[in-house]
Amino acid sequence: MSAAEATGLAGIAVVALVVIGVFFLTVGTIGLLRLPNVYNRMHATSKPTTLGTAAIFFAGFVQFGPGGAGLTSLVGIVFLFLTVPTGAHMISRAAQKTGVPFLSGVTWPAEDSDEGGEKAAARAAEDDDAETPES
Amino acid sequence: MATEAAFVTLAIDVALIVVAGLCLLCGYRVVVGPTVPDRVVALDAIATNVVAIAVLFALKTGRGLFVTVSLVLAIIAFLSTVTVAKYVTEGDIITRRDEP
Repeated sequence: MSAAEATGLAGIAVVALVVIGVFFLTVGTIGLLRLPNVYNRMHATSKPTTLGTAAIFFAGFVQFGPGGAGLTSLVGIVFLFLTVPTGAHMISRAAQKTGVPFLSGVTWPAEDSDEGGEKAAARAAEDDDAETPES
Repeated sequence: MATEAAFVTLAIDVALIVVAGLCLLCGYRVVVGPTVPDRVVALDAIATNVVAIAVLFALKTGRGLFVTVSLVLAIIAFLSTVTVAKYVTEGDIITRRDEP
């Protein structure tokens, strides 16, 4: 049963959002395959994959309308934006604790300050996730 | 507007095929990836792709039920990621505090 009900402007919006989503998912997968390090790969997958899946969720919201499944789509967007950075952060901390080496010239920030090290390390991991380290 | 609906359906079909191929490419990193966090990151990417596939299937069939399925898949992906991260870090998943 092919019941893509969206026609007219909604159909165009659905197609555009799906294309945007697939583009971002493709970018994330290419980054996962080609970047050299766990941290760089995580940087490559977490953000574009979140954006792409959020765009596809938003296509679902456009098609299904503001009630029922459309509302579930919005809840899914919020859930993705909450959970994917958290998961990536936990994996990056696990990788650093198990001793996965960094690229040359990259250090884990705030290594020298033991006091408040947890919070500093958490913020440092977010920063490490957010910007590509230059080697 | 039969042609337009057909165009939307075609676009969603192509998107389903492309995202399925992306899952296979992530599977390469799961198999080859040199460290355990590599594999976990690749599995997380696969899980997010599967969430996108569920939403695309909901769009294709017009059934809103599959959006709920995608939400459940996202929850399972997050739980598995956090669990593996804790297991890799501490060697145990449910840790008990020693002090009362």
